[in-house]
Amino acid sequence: MTGLGRPIKGPSALGSNPRRLWHLTWTLARTEFKLAFFGSALGYLWQLMRPLMLFGVMYVLFVFILKEATGHFYGAYLLMGVVMFTFLSEASGGAVTSLLDRENLVRKIEFPRLAVPLATVLKSLFSLGLNLIVVAIFLFAEGGSLDWTWIELPALVFMLAGFAAGLGMILSVSYVRYRDVRPIWEVVLQMMFYGSPIFYLITKVAKDKILGIKASYVLMANPFVAILEQAKHAVISPTYPSAFKALGDGPLILIPVGIWLAVIVIGFVVFDRQAPYVAEQL
Amino acid sequence: MPQASLPPVVVDRVHKRFELPREQVHTLKERALHPLRRSAVDVLHAINGISFAVPPGEFFGIVGRNGSGKSTLLKCLAGIYAVDSGAIYVNGRMSTFIELGVGFNPDLPARDNVMLNATMLGLSPREGRRRFDSVIDFAELGEFVDLKLKNYSTGMMVRLAFSVMIQVDAEILLIDEVLAVGDAAFQQKCFDEFERIRASGSTVLFVTHDMGAVRRFCDRAMLLERGHMVELGDPEQVGNRYLELNFSEQAREAEKSAAAAAEAAETQTATPDASDTQSDRQSTDRQSDLHRHEAQAAAQDAFGRGAEEVAQTSAATTSETGRLAAGQVEAEAKRADPQPGEDRFNDGAGEIVDAWFENDRGERTGTLSWGKPCTFVAHVHFNEEIEHPLFGLALQNGRRDPMVSASNLLTQPRLGVFAAGEQVTFRVTFDNVLAPDRYRVTPSVSRHGGAWIDHREGMFSIVVTGTRATGALVELPYDIAVDHAPPDAAAISARVGAAGAADAGAATSASVPVESAP
Repeated sequence: MTGLGRPIKGPSALGSNPRRLWHLTWTLARTEFKLAFFGSALGYLWQLMRPLMLFGVMYVLFVFILKEATGHFYGAYLLMGVVMFTFLSEASGGAVTSLLDRENLVRKIEFPRLAVPLATVLKSLFSLGLNLIVVAIFLFAEGGSLDWTWIELPALVFMLAGFAAGLGMILSVSYVRYRDVRPIWEVVLQMMFYGSPIFYLITKVAKDKILGIKASYVLMANPFVAILEQAKHAVISPTYPSAFKALGDGPLILIPVGIWLAVIVIGFVVFDRQAPYVAEQL
Repeated sequence: MPQASLPPVVVDRVHKRFELPREQVHTLKERALHPLRRSAVDVLHAINGISFAVPPGEFFGIVGRNGSGKSTLLKCLAGIYAVDSGAIYVNGRMSTFIELGVGFNPDLPARDNVMLNATMLGLSPREGRRRFDSVIDFAELGEFVDLKLKNYSTGMMVRLAFSVMIQVDAEILLIDEVLAVGDAAFQQKCFDEFERIRASGSTVLFVTHDMGAVRRFCDRAMLLERGHMVELGDPEQVGNRYLELNFSEQAREAEKSAAAAAEAAETQTATPDASDTQSDRQSTDRQSDLHRHEAQAAAQDAFGRGAEEVAQTSAATTSETGRLAAGQVEAEAKRADPQPGEDRFNDGAGEIVDAWFENDRGERTGTLSWGKPCTFVAHVHFNEEIEHPLFGLALQNGRRDPMVSASNLLTQPRLGVFAAGEQVTFRVTFDNVLAPDRYRVTPSVSRHGGAWIDHREGMFSIVVTGTRATGALVELPYDIAVDHAPPDAAAISARVGAAGAADAGAATSASVPVESAP
């Protein structure tokens, strides 16, 4: 029976109209972002407060107490790491429960399901954009300067957002089925925080007698770490090694790139498969 | 633009089932501990092979009781659920309104919410902004645009949501009970809007419980019950069937318990040592042992054929023994199909063995259609000789107002002498003008002086179905005429002439060519 009109196939991840997906993602993200600001007197400041507090504590700890701060513009270096990690943790952590949080939409209306986790990532991206301005201010205050290598930053942020979206896609549909994805993911994030050169330098890990260069390669296999390293190299100071250099100037760079790609592809495939049934399983 | 020849909506043998796990496996730990265990699932067939097509411009109603699958069907049509088998085809731009105000956020002002909702419904942000003013105008909320939604009254929120909804121009609309909202004035506006949508030639699929709305708007309607389509066609007819279904549920429950009792009776006969009640009876009533077996056989039959027939035949063929048997059949029947509301007085001189209602075709029924003749029938058995008995029937509506009180007292008070053992059939026939409701039926037999022989208050109940429900206790058929005499025909024609002249003047002064209608 064909020629009876458009068959209704049920919900999907992408929907038939990419513009609609984009409009929805944008509107949902914008609304959520707005909501984070409304209702509190200081609005955005509170949004910024969490990374800043974390940064402040660690700054005092490593600069004044442990006297570990060895790199150029350590304040900006630390803040950059904290800000980027905050993005990853917010975006992926928020994506975990996103489908459930949007239950009233998912169960009541047909729309490209992908808009839900993507909106969470986009909303965190808004925060990241604002927070990166603060990083720049810190950098200038410490004596850093604008460099043409900064043009890498948008591309790096885009890659980071892609990584977060990939994780978000996997996590959001898994959470619909298995509720303990959330605590597990919280632990994983915590491990990722200490497993990333946020307050320490990757070069220090490589030079360490016990850990050695291989340990640094293991850390660098994490796409987040690779992106973070490249961002620090491009924005904070060229004295920090690029992702390529930190992975031994060789084909090892393909590992984080491969993982990055795999997370996005697998994330999409998993999400696309589950998307038609999310409304029933919630 | 859709092709005019194609029906806007075609549903072709659609099935949808849900698997409901008995114990939901929600955690990885459970999975890890029992990796091989497949959790038991209950399969719920929400939609069972439904097919229909909706022609262009039709206002199509989908009705059914709770859990009949109508909302699932709508969600399949809307693309929220994927169907298991079968297909749905849609020809034209479709908009769904499963719920008003999807995505509304109480912490945001109306403006943001309208944008949010419009985007959810498929408008682009630019279109949404462009239509914002007309949304606010229709909702009559101009002064509250910047108020947070949580400070809106429910009615205001609903108005806003409805206004957004109608801004989405679609050729096909799927609407799930959104009419029962808002204050009366706004509801009228919504109804007007529906009339407009209808007149504009859009195709509408409308899920509801409200038979009034179905009658008012729908060209055709479909009745669903447990995932099956049970009726498709004229809204009036579907509406009646719906009410019947709704009210006969209790009757069906009773049927079920009767079947269960029949089974119980079977097991009782299988084991000669019967239950407590039976042995009790045996001790008190030893001499009628023989008849007991008869009665039991009769009782079993009764569940197959209807207790009244058996009771009647056995009572008619035998006298004293027959009475016992009939009484027991009745007792069995009562045990099987208890009438919780019945309040009975019986002095032993006679009894109402059975009573029921028949429709205009003479079929025994539990539901009566409004506007049709119906007959109450009762079988009465006398144990003693009675002179000039009175037979009565009373009906009470749901509020216990006496609606019918019929007896032979006024018309035929002296019926003569009825012998002991005599079987009497008593009928009351009337045109049913009762308003749709559930009615308690109370038949009674009394002595000439008025003392009750058998009075069975609320012996059973019947349901009157009909789509007229004005709130009056009875729905009398009536003719209505409005005579209208214009005060002065000459004055009116003068006024019309002047207006026409003014129009002509305006047209000429603006030098726009005006085609006057033939």
